[in-house]
Order: sequence, then C-alpha cells, then structure tokens
Amino acid sequence: MDKVIGKAVTRVEDMRLLTGQGKYIDDIGTPSQTFQAAILRSSSPHAKIVSIDTAEAEKMAGVKAVITGEQVKEYLEPFSVGVSAPVQYYPIAIDKVRYVGEPVAVVIAKSRYIAEDAMELIKVKYETLPPVVDIEGSLEKDAPVLHENVGSNIANHRTFNYGEVDQAFEEADAIIKHKYLFPKYTATPVETYGIIAHYESSEKQYTVHANFHGPFVIQAIMAQALKIPSNKLRIIVPKDIGGSYGIKAGTFPYMVLLSVASRIAGCPVKWIEDRQEHLSASSSGTDRVTYIEAAVKKDGKVTGLRMKMIDNVGAYIRAPEPACLYRTHANSTGAYDIPNLHIDAYAIMTNKLPTGLIRGYGGQELYFPLERIMQKIAFELNLDPADVIRRNLIQKDQFPYKTASGGLYDSGDYIKGFELALETGKYEEFRKKQEEARKDGKIFGVGLACIVEPSGSNMGYITVALTPEERAKSLPKSGCSEAATVSMDPMGSVNVRISTTPSGQGHETVAAQIVSEVLSIPSDKIKVVAELDTSTSAWSIASGSYSSRFASLGSSAVFYAANKVKEKLMKIASHQLNVDESELELRNGAFYVKSDPAKKYALKRAAGSAHWNPLSLPEGMEPGIYETYYYSIKAAEPPDENDLINSSVTYGFVADLVTVEIDPETGEINILDYITIHDAGKLLNPLIVDGQIFGGLAHGLGGALFEELVYDNKGQLLTGSFMDYLCPTAPEIPNVTIKHIETPSPMTPLGAKGLGEGNTMSAPVAVANAVSDALSPYNVAIDTLPLSPNRIWTLLNEAKENNHKEVTI
Amino acid sequence: MSLTEVNVTINGKSYSEWVEPRMLLSDFIRETCGLTGTHVGCEHGVCGACTINMDGLAVRSCLIFAVQADNCEITTVEGLACSGELTALQKNFIECHGLQCGFCTAGILMSITDFLEKNPQPSVKEIKETLSGHLCRCTGYEGIVKAVEKTVQDNNKEVLQRS
Repeated sequence: MDKVIGKAVTRVEDMRLLTGQGKYIDDIGTPSQTFQAAILRSSSPHAKIVSIDTAEAEKMAGVKAVITGEQVKEYLEPFSVGVSAPVQYYPIAIDKVRYVGEPVAVVIAKSRYIAEDAMELIKVKYETLPPVVDIEGSLEKDAPVLHENVGSNIANHRTFNYGEVDQAFEEADAIIKHKYLFPKYTATPVETYGIIAHYESSEKQYTVHANFHGPFVIQAIMAQALKIPSNKLRIIVPKDIGGSYGIKAGTFPYMVLLSVASRIAGCPVKWIEDRQEHLSASSSGTDRVTYIEAAVKKDGKVTGLRMKMIDNVGAYIRAPEPACLYRTHANSTGAYDIPNLHIDAYAIMTNKLPTGLIRGYGGQELYFPLERIMQKIAFELNLDPADVIRRNLIQKDQFPYKTASGGLYDSGDYIKGFELALETGKYEEFRKKQEEARKDGKIFGVGLACIVEPSGSNMGYITVALTPEERAKSLPKSGCSEAATVSMDPMGSVNVRISTTPSGQGHETVAAQIVSEVLSIPSDKIKVVAELDTSTSAWSIASGSYSSRFASLGSSAVFYAANKVKEKLMKIASHQLNVDESELELRNGAFYVKSDPAKKYALKRAAGSAHWNPLSLPEGMEPGIYETYYYSIKAAEPPDENDLINSSVTYGFVADLVTVEIDPETGEINILDYITIHDAGKLLNPLIVDGQIFGGLAHGLGGALFEELVYDNKGQLLTGSFMDYLCPTAPEIPNVTIKHIETPSPMTPLGAKGLGEGNTMSAPVAVANAVSDALSPYNVAIDTLPLSPNRIWTLLNEAKENNHKEVTI
Repeated sequence: MSLTEVNVTINGKSYSEWVEPRMLLSDFIRETCGLTGTHVGCEHGVCGACTINMDGLAVRSCLIFAVQADNCEITTVEGLACSGELTALQKNFIECHGLQCGFCTAGILMSITDFLEKNPQPSVKEIKETLSGHLCRCTGYEGIVKAVEKTVQDNNKEVLQRS
C-alpha cells in the first residue's frame, strides 16, 4: 500500500459537515426535562452590588429558578490560578462587578425566550466605582483597585536575567528603544459557547457537555472549584466544535456556573451563548504594553534585549493566564541569535473582559515589538531591514539551538526560509519600484517579519510565573502528554480514539492517515472517534486542542498506539506461522514471510483470533486488541532554578514579506502581496496544512487591520456586535503565496511540528512594518494596531502638520 | 403568548406547527422541525451562518419570524443532497478544502447555490463580494473561493459538452 502520511488527502469530516449532519453542542439533544438558561450581565464596569431583586422574575410563568452569586457561592471555591496574588475569581459576580458583561444572575426557564423575558424583571442596584481600563493607568498610585484583598492591580510580576545583559548594553554601539501597544482583540468562532449541565444528586455527579477543548488541566481546576472529587465531574466534548482558535478554553467558568445552576434548579440546564455575550464576556486575547530596548552593534547585530512587558488580563486573572506572558518565554528572542536577555513581566488587571487562549497566544504580543524594533534598528542605523535580519538570524549549523531563556529550537534553516521569502517577493525589485512610485506621490512599502512558531506547550512553563523559591514548595510540573487509543474489534475493524478535541483541524483525517500507514489498512476502513469523555477516554492534563499540539503530540500518540497494535498482531502472526517476527513484514493488510512470500497471515485474522480464539494466542498474551499510548517529550522539562524553560517542544519558522500601497487621500491600506514561507517540519497533510495557514493568516490580517475589542475610558465596550467588531471577509483577503521548506523535527517520530498559528503571530507586525516602511518619508511609525484608514489618515496628516516631526500614537 | 399556525414546506416536506409570533425562523427550523444543519452564529444578520433558501431566495433565517414563512417553500442544507448525491458545489468544497470546522458552511452553501443559479458565470470579484456576507474564521476564504470557482468551471464544461 502507498504511503499516506504526507499526502494531501481530502477529509473524512467533510461529508457530515456538508450535509447538515455535523454534531455540534447545540445539535446533540438534551436529557428530558432540560431547561434553558439566560444570563443577566453587568452593565457597569466597576460597581458594588447593593441588592438583587429576583421576586418578579421568579413569578413569571415558565421560570424554574433565578440564581444569584450568593446562592452559587455556597457550592464553590474560587478558581485556582497559577499566581500567588489572592484573586478570588468565581464564574458569577458575588459582591462586586468588575467588567461589563460579568454574569450577575442566571434565569432557568422552559425556553430561552421566557428566560430572557424574566431576565428583564430582575432589579439590580449598583453602587458605581471608578473604573480603570488603561494598562499603565492601572499601575498608578491612585488607580482604582479591582481586588481590595490583593492591594494593587498587579496579579503577577517576575524579572528574568539571562546572560550578561548590562555588559551587552554597555558595549553596544547604539541602543534602540521604543514603546509598543498590542491591542485587545479576539477570535470570534462562528459557533458561540454552548453548555448542557446536569447534576444528579443520587450520584453527586456533574455531567457537562460543552464545546470546551482543553487544556484538560482545567478539568482539575473545575472539580476543585466545585469542591468535588474529580471523577464526579464528567466532561463530554462533542465531535464537532464550530471553531475556537483558543477562545473556547474560556468556556470553563460557564461550565461551572451552569453546573451549579443545574444543582440549584434541580434539572438539567442548557445555555447557548449569544453573540453579544460572546464579544463582551467570553474571553479574548491579552493586550500588552512593551518597552523594548536593543543593544546593537553598528552592523545591526543585536547583542542584548531588554523587555518590560505589561499584560492586561482583564478583570480577573484566570487559568491559563498569566500564560500569555510565558508561553513564548523560550522563544523570547525570536528567530535571532541574541544571548543576553532581560525580561520584566507584569500581569495586571483592569475593568475589561478577562483574557485567555487565542490563536498565536503570546506570539503576536511578543513579535509586534520585537520585529518592529528590528526594523527601527535598520532605519536608525541606515541599514537595509533585510540585512539586519540576515545578520541576526540563527544559522543552520547552530541547531539544535539553545536560546537565552532555556528554549531548545529543534531544527531549522532560517536563512534559507528568509531568502526564499525575499526571492519570492522580489524584494530588490520592489525596492526599485517603491523608489519610482515615491516620485509619483504614491506610497508603497514592504514589511518583513521572521518568527519562530512554538508548538506543543510544555505544561511546566506556566510555573515560571512563580519564583524558583515558590516553585520549590510544590511538586514540579513538566511534560506535554497526549493519549490515543487504537483498537480492533472481533471482525477486524479499526477504531481510533483521540483526545485532541478538534475544532476543524481535521484530526480525524490525519489520525486515519497515520493508522492506515502503520497498519497497512486503507484509511477509509478506519473509524476515528473524536468525542472526548473524561470518564471513558484516555486523556491527561495536557490533552486538548491548543498550542498547535496535534501535529507534534496528538499525531505522535496515534502513531505509537498504532504501532503497539501492530506489534501485538505481529506477535500473533509470528506464533501462528511459527516464524520469527524479524522474518515478517506487514503490507496490504497481511504479514508476509520475507523469505517465502507465499506464506502470509492476514491482519484481520490476527485481530480476530485475539477475540474469537484467545486460547490460540502466544503464551501469556492478553486477549483483545486495545492499545493506548501516552506520549510526552523529554525536552518538556520543568523550569530550573535559573528560570530556564523550554516552553514548547517543537519550533517552526515563518518568514513573511508583505507589500502595501497606502492611499494618501483616505489612509486605506491595500495589501499588494503577502508572501509567507513556512517550515513546520514534516507535513502530515499538505491540504490541511495550507488551510490552517490561510486561516491563521486571515486572523493575523484581521488583527493588523480591523479587529479590536474597544472600550471607552469609562469601561464600556463599544464593539459588542459584528457591526462594530470587524472581521475580515473574502474581499479583504489579499493575494497570498505560501511556500514550504521542511526540516524534520528530531523530537517527534514523524518529524512533524505544529502549525497554523504562525501567521497570526507574524501578520500584525509584518503589515505594521510594511506600513511603517511606506510612511518612513513622513517620519510616521506604527506603534499600535489595528491600522484602520482613520488611524493612518490621522497619523499622516499629523505628520504633515508637524512638519515631519517624529509622531507616535 | 398566543400561538399562530404556520404551514411551511421544508426540503419538500410539509410542516404544520403552532408557534409564538416572535419565534425566529432559525429557531423554528432547528428546534421545532429538528433540522439542525442550519446554524446560528450572531442573530443579527452579519455572519450568514443561518442562510436558507426561501421561495427561491437566499435569506438569513435569524432575521425572519417563523410566521413570515407561512405558505413558503424552504430549502436548507439538508435539502441540497436530497437524492443522496452531493451537489457539484458540495463536492468541490471537499476537493478544495473549503471548510474546516464546518459551522459557517451550511449558510455559504445556501448563498452560493442561489447565487450560481442566478449568475452562472461570475467573476472572482463577484464570488468574493457574495461571500462577503459570510464570516468564516477557519479557512481565510481561500478554499471556499476555489470551490466556487471550480464549480463554475465544472458547470461551463458541462454546458460545452451538452452543446
């Protein structure tokens, strides 16, 4: 049989999804007597709750219960979180509200229509408090404090020193520094959050169906919050999730809220979030202010970096935050060979929606200042930005490369990738064209960005939020475990169970490809089950769909589980044929004796005998064919006492070149070409790979040009609908060229690395660099996003008025 | 709230139901008729996920009340491949990787099916303009545009072969 791993095969998921037979959370049906929930939310960004009058609402026909924070609190402990600041986060406001959209009461009724009617009858009296929305404003001495018991708005603060930073700065020819702001934006999966929660008093058990995709370490956090043994919280994830891009990890507070609501109301409850709720109160990316300083030699070589990063985690710090600060910790110096690094990392709280996972998580926040400063270095030293990048990229012979902060870049050829981007984008030619265009009053620009795309998170990285002394007080955390099960039934059919809770990435297809190749069975004969059930699936804390972990970890677990099955079947065949295993080879669904191909033993028969005739098995062998493999990577070690941490297990590379033209009259940016070169190791299915890349790029372009969760200075959300929160649609996507190079990862059995997040990390800064390049004659540089025509027009006109003085936003 | 009778044909099958006048057509289709292939993504007419065909027109079912569909003929995504065989557009969505999570797909299929019936020879620009009524956060639209383009090409070949 042909090799199928690496082939662009079409997807097994598509048939059901194209015919309306997908099974998303809102399609899977409910237990009998399930009631519907609606959530009353805070209209105030910061206020004390004086009283909540639910009497009228409770009287309405069809209403089963009206539940407030005080009632819920009885069944809960605050969610635990990986920082030492004593922030008390419940899934519903208890005595204070801290952001617009925070749940205040839950109405349980016969229908959602009735629940929403009743919601309008609840009277909440607030005593308003001054809000704080600005990142640095939250750190001011007289800033309103969100959590009185914490005493300030700082949830986490850590400082890191790697190498000889001060020396690098002392010996530098130039120090280039600037401040950048990456805004708050989100991902808006078209399917919103959905939860069906059922408390059964006889079992004292919560069963929760939800479009939650992990990380499943949060199962432990939820069980702890619910004050129950973890096996009394059964989470079932449907096989179809309507997109997430990280955001649906944020379902967990609602899973807990609805669980308790079911317990109080005494019936199963279902809640489907609406779009306004999603934009105001689900989860979002983290907005960050970065002060970055680079110690530079006159040829553009960067010898040291200092970064002060201030992350705004919103009103409450909650898991997995402050991970946005640390997910990219190992790759803080990006694709560059910079041995000296200082990081001053803050997570602060303001009266905005709490943050969490989002595609690219931490990457866009890191690379925006890093790649902007690389361009600034070129401009200030009068060098070509491409030369500055070349001078700093890690060289091929340096792999595996140990980064300043403890990362171990597994493989790569960054120069090759970058040169391919320049060549494909005709960089030199464009520079000439740009020069000509300037003479005609046209504004052209080219932006470059080189980034390292981390994938497969090391579960130990989040503990970097604690000091080595604090870490020493508890058990170390490490690893990146994922599990898969491959089984064969009595008739020899194959089932594969995965715990990677896909939300559109085609895991069923790729898992089938892998098992097909290992067992030499056509992939359409393999059934992959993607539903995850924490009571019956093989899973671990790292399980789920995030940090692009399927290609590096999920697929590896599937590969090894299939190999376990193969080994067992081979033992059976060897026993039956009475030849040594080394004499056998598996092809076309049968074990053949190498020296005598006429002698063979069918795979199906071997599997069948394990069920139908276990007495025929080799001495001591268990009947049945059911193999689970738990996979982790040794490189995912806990942080050491010097805070060195390899925060991911595989590291891909992305080199982008983007060209733009700016309309001087309107400030509109027209992207002429977007070139992106990817090295994600061995590609498992190129069709899916390019689909993932396009999706991640579209999201990155959204972040660059359109998307922002805007709050006014009083803490009111201004982008609560799709009329205000602008996502890119088909006409906004420019010409895109994707090219691949493949340097297989030595970490994973198939050589694959994760992908799909890279351009979400790179596109915002690549576009910002192109726009800054275009506007450099006007002394306009981009310090924040998104680059709306209004913003560009204002910058351009201010620059003209200021007679070419330096303008910052 | 008083109930009103609604008689509607969906995918060739008649439904006669009593509903509240405020019930959205999208809820009626999904919850009353049990046709969950139509999805709801925003309930304010922007994302396009709930698009269905009503009396020969692709419309947003979240912006219509069920009572407005009285005596109407509706097709939903379940009605596209009613003979058991996928339409050319559906097949090309597979071929060109025009879907990932699949949540927005039903609405896009309904819009584009209607669009191609009325505009058998659209330009790429026109295809993209039509797609601008739909949000897809997975694909970056590339695969979708390709699937529609390929369907147009396939149709052209078929027309040429017939003539």
